[in-house]
Amino acid sequence: MEQFFSQFLDFALTAVSLGMTFLYGCTGEILTEKAGHLNLGIPGIMCMGGACGCLTLKLLNQSGLPPVLLVLLTLLASFIGGMLMGIIYSFLTVTLKANQNVTGLAMTIFGAGTTKFIMSGISSATEAFQNYLYAKNYFRFPFGGNTSALNYNGIMVFLAIAIALIAAFVLNKTRAGLHLRAVGENPATADAVGINVTRYKYVATCIGSGIAALGGLFYIMGWSGTCDAYKSIEQLGWISIALVIFTLWRPQISIIGSALFGLLYLAGTRIPTLLGIQFDMSVTKLLEILPYAVTIIVLIVTSVGKKKENQPPAALGLPYFREER
Amino acid sequence: MKTTNTAVREPLFHVVKRDAMPLWKSMLIRVIAVVAALLFCALLSVLLVHANPFEFIETMFKGSFGSSRRLWRFAKDAAVLLCISLAITPAFRMRFWNIGAEGQTLIGALSAVAVMIYLGDKVSNGVLLVLMFAASVTVGAIWGCIPAVFKAKWNTNETLFTLMMNYVATGLVAYFLLLWTPSGSSVLGELQVGHLPTVGHNYLLLILAVLVLTALLYIYLQYTKQGYEISVVGESENTARYIGINVNRVIIRTMLISGAICGVAGFLIVGALDHSIAETTVGGMGFTAIMVSWMAKFNPLVMIGTSAFVTFLEQGAAQVSTNFDIDSSFPSMVVGIVLFFIIGCEFFIGYKLKFRQTAKNGGES
Repeated sequence: MEQFFSQFLDFALTAVSLGMTFLYGCTGEILTEKAGHLNLGIPGIMCMGGACGCLTLKLLNQSGLPPVLLVLLTLLASFIGGMLMGIIYSFLTVTLKANQNVTGLAMTIFGAGTTKFIMSGISSATEAFQNYLYAKNYFRFPFGGNTSALNYNGIMVFLAIAIALIAAFVLNKTRAGLHLRAVGENPATADAVGINVTRYKYVATCIGSGIAALGGLFYIMGWSGTCDAYKSIEQLGWISIALVIFTLWRPQISIIGSALFGLLYLAGTRIPTLLGIQFDMSVTKLLEILPYAVTIIVLIVTSVGKKKENQPPAALGLPYFREER
Repeated sequence: MKTTNTAVREPLFHVVKRDAMPLWKSMLIRVIAVVAALLFCALLSVLLVHANPFEFIETMFKGSFGSSRRLWRFAKDAAVLLCISLAITPAFRMRFWNIGAEGQTLIGALSAVAVMIYLGDKVSNGVLLVLMFAASVTVGAIWGCIPAVFKAKWNTNETLFTLMMNYVATGLVAYFLLLWTPSGSSVLGELQVGHLPTVGHNYLLLILAVLVLTALLYIYLQYTKQGYEISVVGESENTARYIGINVNRVIIRTMLISGAICGVAGFLIVGALDHSIAETTVGGMGFTAIMVSWMAKFNPLVMIGTSAFVTFLEQGAAQVSTNFDIDSSFPSMVVGIVLFFIIGCEFFIGYKLKFRQTAKNGGES
């Protein structure tokens, strides 16, 4: 029994920790979507965040900086990398009024490709193999007991939760949040009352992209700590977008939602060993569909329910052109 | 929405919508964008790997057209991409953002393989092919139809729904692969049954089939009542309702067609090329197809050109990455950059900038 509990605790903590990857992506995407932009480039942006962070660590390898500074610089680099991607996206969709779906998909193709390019470049250096991973312990300072999963929960887990709470506060309790929601619901009306629609869209998209980018960094350095971690970020990014719907565009719910998705994501591999049941290998593959199936169900339930506060922002996906009537 | 407080600050320029632009002019803008993008990529390769930019461009072309083998490979890849692009086109013309072509094609391919495995030794090759085709088309259509039904009934967001269906399809493929490979390796070898006959060249039949499909879809969208209804629903659902079009029926019917063509693509991939299936059989083409279709302004005939163009980019860049010893991810970087340029240049076709007339006096409207 005791063994079951320790295993269960390990599973739960691992899952919650993995969920933080989704939480970063989800919080970022919520901010973007609240401004009326469906950013399908989030998976690519998360990849780029991981790549920029690792590149920085690689460059700072010999610098002898104290760990705190190293971690902060890495976080900053990752955030800026995401923001740059966000600027490309907002320039194309806000200023040039391009189709958001097409732009987002192009961002993902570009981001995933560039990430692979950067990561394979810095991983294959022969003299010090994978030497950006040296820093992974800084991101997960072991402050807990000996349970291995506790080591996953480094500073970035708390950062993710803090960012989600701040985002929820800004969206719901501040004037800027109110304006942002107005832009996402009806940009023409927001414009008419004197809100600078373009600025809100740019700032929300860029900050959102920066936050999402941290998710990629967290997955590589905080959760996985392996050199091919970057290969799975894109798929996790799509789950983050799914999570946005699951949480009905609310960052505070997404904290719980991301933990739940983490559990669902790992259920296929962990539950059989946890319960001591020997599933057929193929059944675990079916269990891996769970997060997506749950998202589809939530999507259907919310649209059938038609509750006003559970709907996507009304102007989501539509370009805004002031002179169009 | 002109600001009333005049003379305060008129911006340097403002954006105005353009009237229709002559075709040659819009094509010129696009060509300039593509050339600029390629130059940018060449410059990037100079910075990254110190390659000669002229060599870069030359290698791009050699990668697709360098030998007859490459040319056939190019034509084959372009045809498969074209087929999936055709599939999503009816939906996109209706402004139904179907980004689930990946899953619809994969599930079509899976159905064909299932027929091959379970009936392969029971019926003759001809019957088997017919059954495979029927299975692919039916399952693809059903897969595409599910989000459409919910969209029609409850206005469920189709972008996210179709996106999630991709992963459900991938999961199902992974499940069946484990079921079919007793060793648990998940690698299904090439199956010996259900091969499409070869006409002339290995790939010729596939290419011809896709071209015929292109013509058919063009006629369907351009000259039939149903095609017209799709366009009207895409322009404005309210108008469609007003003139008596049953919008829900159009949505469901169009997605049935869209999914069915994806099924055809899956069938062709299995029957003519792979004779097997893996989770990566479609390999992101469902997403690339959206670019192809969008660049062609959802016109099936233009799509022949755009799918060839995207394939040229991918294979050319792949050649560059082998020749210059760059990582194999280079093609997706190139495709991404070129797409950014093309997406951006559409703005200059649809809008123009109107500059402030006088520096001081801001009275001009």
